[in-house]
This record gives sequence, C-alpha cells and structure tokens, in this order.
Amino acid sequence: MAGWTGTAGGAVMARDLLVAARRRSDVLTTFFFFVIVVSLFPLGVGPEPDTLREIAPGVVWVAALLASMLSLARMFGGDHADGALEQLVLAPQPLTLLVLSKIVAHWLTTGLPLVIVAPLLGLQFDLPGEALRTLVLTLLLGTPALSLIGAVGAALTLGVRGGGALTSLLVLPLYVPVLVFGAGAVTASAGGMETGGHFSLLIAMSLATLVFAPWAVAVALKISLE
Amino acid sequence: MNWLKYSSPQTFYPLAGKMVPWFLASAAVLGAIGLYIAFFAAPTDFQQGEAYRIIFIHVPAAWMSMLIYMVMAFWAGIGLAFNTRLSSMMAHALAPTGALMTFIALWTGSFWGRPTWGTWWVWDARLTSELILFFLYLGYLSLKSAIDDPRRADKASAVLALVGAINVPIIYFSVKWWNTLHQGSSVSFSRAPSMASIMLAGMLVMVFAFWAYCIAAALMRVRCEILERERGAAWLRNLEGN
Repeated sequence: MAGWTGTAGGAVMARDLLVAARRRSDVLTTFFFFVIVVSLFPLGVGPEPDTLREIAPGVVWVAALLASMLSLARMFGGDHADGALEQLVLAPQPLTLLVLSKIVAHWLTTGLPLVIVAPLLGLQFDLPGEALRTLVLTLLLGTPALSLIGAVGAALTLGVRGGGALTSLLVLPLYVPVLVFGAGAVTASAGGMETGGHFSLLIAMSLATLVFAPWAVAVALKISLE
Repeated sequence: MNWLKYSSPQTFYPLAGKMVPWFLASAAVLGAIGLYIAFFAAPTDFQQGEAYRIIFIHVPAAWMSMLIYMVMAFWAGIGLAFNTRLSSMMAHALAPTGALMTFIALWTGSFWGRPTWGTWWVWDARLTSELILFFLYLGYLSLKSAIDDPRRADKASAVLALVGAINVPIIYFSVKWWNTLHQGSSVSFSRAPSMASIMLAGMLVMVFAFWAYCIAAALMRVRCEILERERGAAWLRNLEGN
C-alpha cells in the first residue's frame, strides 16, 4: 500500500517536472526575474561595496520571496483550468501526499534554480566566502518553506478574482519569519557571528510547514473545488 | 440553559438586536468616564508630559487588535469544523473591527512616538508585528471579498484565519529576535516604572469601553450579514410582517 501511494506521488511529481520541462519559459521567467530584481538594487542604491555588502542578504532574500511568490499561480492554475485537479482530489491516494509531490516539483523548478544562482549574485554584492556559503545554505533550507506556505495561498485563491495580487497579500506576511532568519543568518555570518541559532530555527520552520502546509493545501483545494 | 439555541441565525438575530443597545450604552458611558480620567483626573507624567495621555486610546486598541484576531480565528475554526453558518458570519463581522483597532493602535502609536522618541516610526518588535497583523487582516478581508460564493468565502477565509493565527506568535517572536539582533534603534520601550493608580484605573475603564464597542460593532455587523445572507428565508419575512 505504501509503495503504491509512493508511486502515485512520484507520478504526479514526474508529470509536473515534465510539464515544466516542456514549458521552459515559465521556469526561466521566474529565474531571470530573481536575477534582474537583485541586479537592480546596486543601480538604485549606488555601487559602494560597503553598502552593497550590508544590504546583500536582505536584497537576495526579498527577491527570492518575490520570485517564489510570482510562480505560485502556476502551481495549481493549469491543473485547475484543465480539470486535472479534480482527478487528483478524487484519486484514492491521500490528497496531502499528492499535494506534497506537486509542491516538491514546484520547488525543484523554482526554488532550486534560485539557490544555485544565489552565490553568483552574492559575488556581485561583494559578499565574503563564508557569507556566500551561508546564503546558499539558508536559501536551500528556506525556499522549501516558501513553496509550502505559498501553496496554501495559491490553493485558497484558485479561480478567484484578482488572483495574483491577492495571493501576494495573503502569502507575503506569512513569509516574514523565513525572511528574518534566512537573511539574519547571512548577515550574522558576514559579521563573523554564530549562525547556529538561525539555522536551527530555519530548519524548524521548514519542518513545521512540511507537516502542516500540505494538509492546509488539501483542505483549501477541496474548498475551491466545491 | 441551552446555549446552542442561539447558534442559528434565526434565534441569534433578535438576541443580538437586544444586546446591541446595552453594549453601545456601556461603551459610551465607560468611554466618557475613561476619557474624563484620561484628560482631567490623571496627572501629567513627569517624563513624557501630556503626550503620554494617548496611551489611554493606544493600549486598549492594541489589546483589542490581537484579541479580535484570535476570537475571529476561533469562530472561523468552529465554522470550518462544524459547518455552522453563524460562526463564519461572526468571524467575518469581527474582521473589520479588528483591522480598525490595529490601524488605530498603529496611528496613535505613531503620534505618541513623535513627541516621546522624536520619530514617527521605529522598527521595534511590537510595532513591526502590529503592522504585519494589519497585513494579515487585510489579506483576510480581501480574500473574503474576492470570492463571490459565500459558503466558499467562509471556508477559504477560515483556513487563512487559522494559518494566520498559528503564525501570529511565530511572527512576533521572529520579529522580536530580529530586533534584538539588529539593535538599530536605541529607543527604550520601558515606560515609567510604576504607573499611578489613577492612570491604571483610567486605562482599565477605557479597555472595558473598547470591549463594549467592539462587541456592539461586531453584533451590528453580524445582524447585517444575517439579513444579507438569509434574505430569502421565511423567518425573516415573518419578522418583517410583525
């Protein structure tokens, strides 16, 4: 039984990854949005290396929040439009598991690219090596939480008027703790301070959202399909 | 007494109508007493001068803003779990009052900060989490109004309220931690170590006035909500007939 549900979750994930691979522009748009937003800040703030080093953690993290938020509409939107979502809800496998597979696929296509490109952007901001490593690690641990929390907002606003702007209003306040600890760890690391506490709390948050978010998303999806 | 008797809109509507004048009257009386204490009876603070008097509005508003969110999430959760219409209506009725209280708390806090700290705004933990609470209210209200089907709006906004309620303490502590790490502003929040008892009395009276006002406002709004939702119901037509 466990093996069967695992297969179903895997199938959903493989399908979402295949869809993303066929529509590469969707994935690339989010990715380049992240790169462009981060690159705009030196133009707005000025090229002083000291200032840039100081704002880098916050800028990269806020840009990551915005990028992962922008891609939320894609998570359930297509499936909702073509009716595949109803089949998922009707499937005998637990909806929370299927939802989790979709979220993982979403993270692989939007969160992971951000993590990979982040050190390059950190270099633009003249971040020292230790801080760069912390930046990548915090994004690696924090972006899954962003996808998980964002999925709740995406499911709640499915097929609702003004979807995109509404999702941001719902989701961004909930991103605050992840931002605080993610950017805080990088700042602490750049200042040569201990980052263990930040990491513990970031991991705790990711794990807590991993437990609760799929369940809330499943409830929200059922509500939106009533 | 069977409390569940009042869990249907039909029986709650007249009950709420009877309660509203009482709460409104006590809000007016308590507010008048509280404001009298605030402006005439309470002495001038030796550190903050007259500016401190704004706390008689600020503290009750800040208190209500957090309490109402929790009460709203409670009713939303009950509505989601037991599928009771009135609970969801109650949650919707509370939200605008909660948002208003949050706004008043932020606004008066800013007015208090200007003469006391010399700045309109600092990124203090309490101010920041109050601001985020305001955003949560806005999200709840906009989600509710974006969905046309009332039953779906009830449930979707209930999920959001519950997610928000879990997050409120997490946000508060993360912002607090963020603030102590940054040490950006050196403004100390510690007020006068001991508050004169007349000030405390004035504040308590104002807190009760705010309670009464919020309950009255929520009840009035829930009555409107009932009228709107049950407009086709037979009991409402009978009520009009009388």
